[in-house]
Parts: sequence; structure tokens; C-alpha cells
Amino acid sequence: MAWQWFHRLGSPRWFYEKTQAWLPWLTVITLTLLIVGTVWGLAFAPVDAKQGNSYRIIYIHVPAAFLALAGYYIMAISGAIGLIWKMKLPYMVMKSAAPIGAALTFISLVTGSIWGKPTWGTWWEWDARITSMLILFFLYLGIMALQQAFHSRDTGDKAGAILALVGTVNIPIIYKSVDWWYTLHQPASIKFVGESTIHASMLYPLLTMVIAFYCFYALVLLLYTRAEILRRESRTQWVNDLVAQATRPDNKDMPIKGGSAV
Amino acid sequence: MNFQFDSFASFMTMNGHGPFVWAAYGITFVVLVYLLVSPLLQRRQFLRQQARQQRAANRSV
Repeated sequence: MAWQWFHRLGSPRWFYEKTQAWLPWLTVITLTLLIVGTVWGLAFAPVDAKQGNSYRIIYIHVPAAFLALAGYYIMAISGAIGLIWKMKLPYMVMKSAAPIGAALTFISLVTGSIWGKPTWGTWWEWDARITSMLILFFLYLGIMALQQAFHSRDTGDKAGAILALVGTVNIPIIYKSVDWWYTLHQPASIKFVGESTIHASMLYPLLTMVIAFYCFYALVLLLYTRAEILRRESRTQWVNDLVAQATRPDNKDMPIKGGSAV
Repeated sequence: MNFQFDSFASFMTMNGHGPFVWAAYGITFVVLVYLLVSPLLQRRQFLRQQARQQRAANRSV
């Protein structure tokens, strides 16, 4: 009885139906926060005394990097749950988290590179933080490739989960890289313990963007996972019913011929 | 809290940092839109494909 919620959580159908109601709310919150944070950071936050306006890249660079790391935890923990309890849903979450994490790591690398040019005078430096983020990017790509590389989906899921778990070694290295090998990348400005080294007028828009990126991540992870659930459960009755329902000729949301609504 | 620039033109140029800032935001925007749209397209493609199979199955019965 006490474990019922856990087993229900492992049911793709339950997850699919439960998350349906969250999507509109999450979309509204995400878009609002993203717009507010972007306008605030680009136009209303004060200019940095040392770096000038180039520092405004922080409002996307730092949130993207946060989520690139947090997303790795989500992927690795999902993989571990799949391996330990042999549940289907966690593997679908793991598979969905990989391309999102790769995209966010890509954003943090590219925006960092663009920020580096006017600030450090170089697009790229083999600094410890930058290099370990590049390894994270390749880990994400490797997990995506490995999962697809097997004929059996089960084997691919397990192999991907094991690689994800092995790759977690890289995460504390990324966190500590700016302290252990202090070369170019500046240390963290936001600290959970002790005083942050960033002024409130810059911190609040940054926090807004961090929360916005967390919401965006949750939204996109739900969308990817739901699409994956449909594909993997395509032989089940409930998905057949759902397909019949969604593609009925009188359903304006999903016309079979032409149309653009999703 | 005030608008930090004198004019829209200076908001665009950002004292010479404009191209960097706008390029970073532009690339990020494109990637985020891709992340949002691609699962929706996957879902739509799946529904179309399954609907076609269902109709084919119904015809052959």
C-alpha cells in the first residue's frame, strides 16, 4: 500500500494522463518568466563596471550551464532507477533527458565562447571548466548514440544508463574546476552558503532566468517523455484509443490531411 | 530600475558589445525553440502514422 504511488509512477499511462493537465500551466509560467528575465537582463539590469554590456550574456549562460548539470543528474538518476527497479518509465525519461541536456550544454559552451571574445580576448581556451563542459557535451552525445546502437531496446537502455552513471564522475569535477584549477573561468558568483559576489540588481534578473530555465527544462522534458511514451506503448489499447480520438476527422486539433495544429 | 540605454540604437550596439550579446541571445533562442517544437512534431508524426495504420487495419478486416 505504501509503495503504490511508486508503482503508479512507473506506469507510462498514468504519467501521460497525469501530466496532461500540467502542460498549459507550465507553458504560461515558463514563457512569462523567460520574457521577464530576458527583458530585465538585457535592458534594465545595470551595466557591469568592468565588463560593460557583454556581461549580459550571463543571463542565459549561467542558467543554461545550471540546467546542463542538473539535467545530467536527472538523466543518471532515471537510468539508475531503471536499472535497479526494472521500470519502463525511467528509461523513457533518461532517453528524453539526453538531447535536452546536450542542447543546454551546447548553449552554455557557445554563449561562453561568445562572451569570452570581448572579455578574455579569445573564443576558446583549454581552461578546466570549459574542457570539462565539453566532455559533458560529448557524454550526452555518447549516451544518445549508445542507446540507439543496439537492436534490443532493453540492452540500449541498460547500456545508456550505465554510461550515464559512469559519467557522473565528471559532474563534481565541473563544479570544483574553477577552484581546483583557477586559470581563466571566474569562480561561482552565486553561493548557496555565504555571501554571493553579485549585486542584488544583477542577482534578481539572474535568479529569474535560472527559475525560467528550470521551468523550461521541466516543460520540454515532459513533452519529450510523452512523445517517447506514445512511441514505446504504441501497441497498447490506451494508445490506440488515444490515436483514434486525436485523429478523428471531426477533431480540429489533429486533422489527418494538411493542417498545422499539433 | 531604469532602461539602461539612451536610445534604441544604443540598445542595439551596446557600446560595441551588441554583436556578441545579440548573437548569444539569438543562438540560445533558436536552440530553445527547437527543443520546444521537436517533441511536438514527433508527437504529430506518431499520431499520423498510427492513424494510417489503424485505417489500413480496419480496411483489411
